[in-house]
Amino acid sequence: MTHEAGRGLSRRGLLGLVGAGAAGLAVGGTGGAVIANGVAGIGTSGAAASYPFFGEHQSGIVTAAQDRLHFAAFDLAASATADDLRELLADWTFAAARMTRGLEVTEDGAVGGSPLAPPDDTGEALGLPAAGLTITFGFGPSLFDDRFGLAARRPAALEPLPRFSGDALDPARSGGDLCIQACADDPQVAVHAIRNLSRIAFGRAAIRWSQLGFGRTSSTTTSQVTPRNLFGFKDGTANIKAEEPDAVAGHVWASASDGTAWMAGGTYLVARKIRMVIESWDRTRLEEQQRVIGRDKGEGAPLSGGTEFTALELDKPDDDGTPRIAADAHVRLAHPTVNGGARLLRRGYNYVDGDDALGRLDAGLFFLSFQRDPAQFVTVQRSLAGHDALNEYIKHVGSAIFAVPPGAPAEGASIGDPLFG
Amino acid sequence: MIIRPLATATAALLALGLAGCVPNSPAGEAIPVAITDDTCAVSSDTAPSGTVKFELTNSGTDVNEFEILAEDRLRIVGEKENLIPGQTVAYTLQLNPGTYYTACKFQLVGAPIGLAEFTVTGEPVAADTDEQQLVDEAVTSYVAYIRSQTGELLPAVAAFTEAYAAGEDDTARSLFASTRVFYERIEPTAEAFGDLDPKIDYREVDALAEGLAWTGFHRIEKDLWPPAAGELNSDGTSALLDWAPSTPAQRAGFAADLTSDVQELYDLVSAEDFTVTLADISNGAIGLLDEVAVGKISGEEDWWSHTDLTDFAANVQGAEVAFGTVTAIAVSKGEQELVDEIQRQFDALEALLARYGSIEDGFTPYDQVTDAQRNELSDGVNALAEPLSRLTAAVLD
Repeated sequence: MTHEAGRGLSRRGLLGLVGAGAAGLAVGGTGGAVIANGVAGIGTSGAAASYPFFGEHQSGIVTAAQDRLHFAAFDLAASATADDLRELLADWTFAAARMTRGLEVTEDGAVGGSPLAPPDDTGEALGLPAAGLTITFGFGPSLFDDRFGLAARRPAALEPLPRFSGDALDPARSGGDLCIQACADDPQVAVHAIRNLSRIAFGRAAIRWSQLGFGRTSSTTTSQVTPRNLFGFKDGTANIKAEEPDAVAGHVWASASDGTAWMAGGTYLVARKIRMVIESWDRTRLEEQQRVIGRDKGEGAPLSGGTEFTALELDKPDDDGTPRIAADAHVRLAHPTVNGGARLLRRGYNYVDGDDALGRLDAGLFFLSFQRDPAQFVTVQRSLAGHDALNEYIKHVGSAIFAVPPGAPAEGASIGDPLFG
Repeated sequence: MIIRPLATATAALLALGLAGCVPNSPAGEAIPVAITDDTCAVSSDTAPSGTVKFELTNSGTDVNEFEILAEDRLRIVGEKENLIPGQTVAYTLQLNPGTYYTACKFQLVGAPIGLAEFTVTGEPVAADTDEQQLVDEAVTSYVAYIRSQTGELLPAVAAFTEAYAAGEDDTARSLFASTRVFYERIEPTAEAFGDLDPKIDYREVDALAEGLAWTGFHRIEKDLWPPAAGELNSDGTSALLDWAPSTPAQRAGFAADLTSDVQELYDLVSAEDFTVTLADISNGAIGLLDEVAVGKISGEEDWWSHTDLTDFAANVQGAEVAFGTVTAIAVSKGEQELVDEIQRQFDALEALLARYGSIEDGFTPYDQVTDAQRNELSDGVNALAEPLSRLTAAVLD
């Protein structure tokens, strides 16, 4: 099914939106510019408060990590067809392009439509700026089964992740046909995006699981300070940064030469819900916490010496001859040099989902990483899963992998167009 | 029980279907219909499309009614009421090609008698373009439908409450879900009467929260499926808190209450000046789906009997009748695509429900429906409710 450029949402996405197409084309026109211009400096992602939706790559990957996350995995309806999938992606593209500009999901929006009909937009983001919203879409391995005729289009690299030592995965919190990552500096803006996109999907796809994240745990540009995870340590010091074009090109973006032409300019997303056993960690003495991580807690400097960004000296011994960074320290086992050079672009978030039945905080890290080849993640995680001293304090409870297709190049194109050839 | 005839005016021909603009020169021969108290013999089961003329002869002992039902056997395409014994009257309406059902209704209440398939073949009748006429026809049809459902509710409730009051619990249990069907199909109408729905259909937790005396279907339900020690109400309180099995005298009281409350509902919708608006009909369809999404999916509606899926199916049927009543208007306003999508989702949801049973044969008890299955049902409800929520704007804007 072709989706007419600028027509707006399909009938099934939201029904019959007169004029929505015209508004969709008027980038920076009424409303859009005003909103986008009024927000400089809001939030701490440290960059422009509005990011373009269209482009060679999807936003929300090398984009300066925003403060808040709402991530959702979807399954297609049993009745959904390949045409439904395409139409859904076109509708999502239309709505996402508007919302990332700080606009409502359609021109009629929350209050501009018929009083006799439910509003097109749910309205909780009325009056809020774009807040750096990015919306990033991905395709799970299950999308390439026999339902939509896409089996031959599955990238060879897009396999369900292997089982890792210590995994305690909940199938209901894992996997999914599709995913949407919504990041913003205002949680209400991120939630608004997922809420409206799932509403648009009703009848075609439904949420399988979703996750809120409240604090970024990585920096993706050198202009951001390194944040801390819920263990209280700086996280992501050695992350791939947007300012490293060679690293981004080599480790993040897939290329046609990797074997799947339609993934050129895309990447692979791994999501792992990692529960932290906060209470045990908090009772651990400081020197042990630092030994487990391999960095000092205050500054984030490696135990081999220096300051936060000093390179690790993995072999540097202490006075009695043992390495200052222990053999099972987290930073050692995650380091590229012990993983055949594998690097990841991490973009995770802290989460607290209330408490569990024992009255413990249900908290942890919603780990997100982007990589050119999922094998990069598998290599690092194999290294960690077997030996990481941190394993005593964490448990992987959710897992998913998605192929993140390249960006829609311009208005009128839809996310996933190259997949359908 | 005293059943009052619908209208005292004799031979009030309701302008149903497309009857309002029927010329006095029917194309075909009149089809004789022989009506007795317990038969309804239509001499032909087919007719060419266009103007169809019936010749109705009531040789029974009391007033009767002839109905043409849509393929769903619920929506009333046309009806001729108040057929006096010994009379022969003509009844003419316009029918498009399709499958219909003919039936009679002795004394104008209860289940249709002599339900028989009736096929109309040929070319579609030119669609009416007069908007007001389409609206009038929709309202007339829906009012007739409400009356027919309440007319079936009365005897069903009578049989149900009689068994309950007599302590014949097996019989009462077997009638609980099927009796509620007639109510669940038109629940938004009852809710419009304010205090009636609380008396007829409130759950214990609702009555308690609003400080009302708890009566009606669900009061009786808890007597019929009494909780064991340790069981909880849907709000998490002990099922035995402020509750004890009804004594025979209390049972007689609750039975009489429900009987008189549904009689009142019947009287209200049977009043000559009772009517509904177009928005009532389309919002009723939306409201019925909300009933499903809120009460039935969670299993809170029929907490003790677990017959939620029967209510679920009846709500969906009621919504589909309301939708079917206004589709011609939506189509005339250029909303064919919306109509198609809603119909597609109705079909999908009904196919899903059919996996668990049917209104006629009963459904899987809801406590045996797994969370994954409930999720799937919920997705189906959402898939339908989203386009359906635009129906009112589609017919009124």
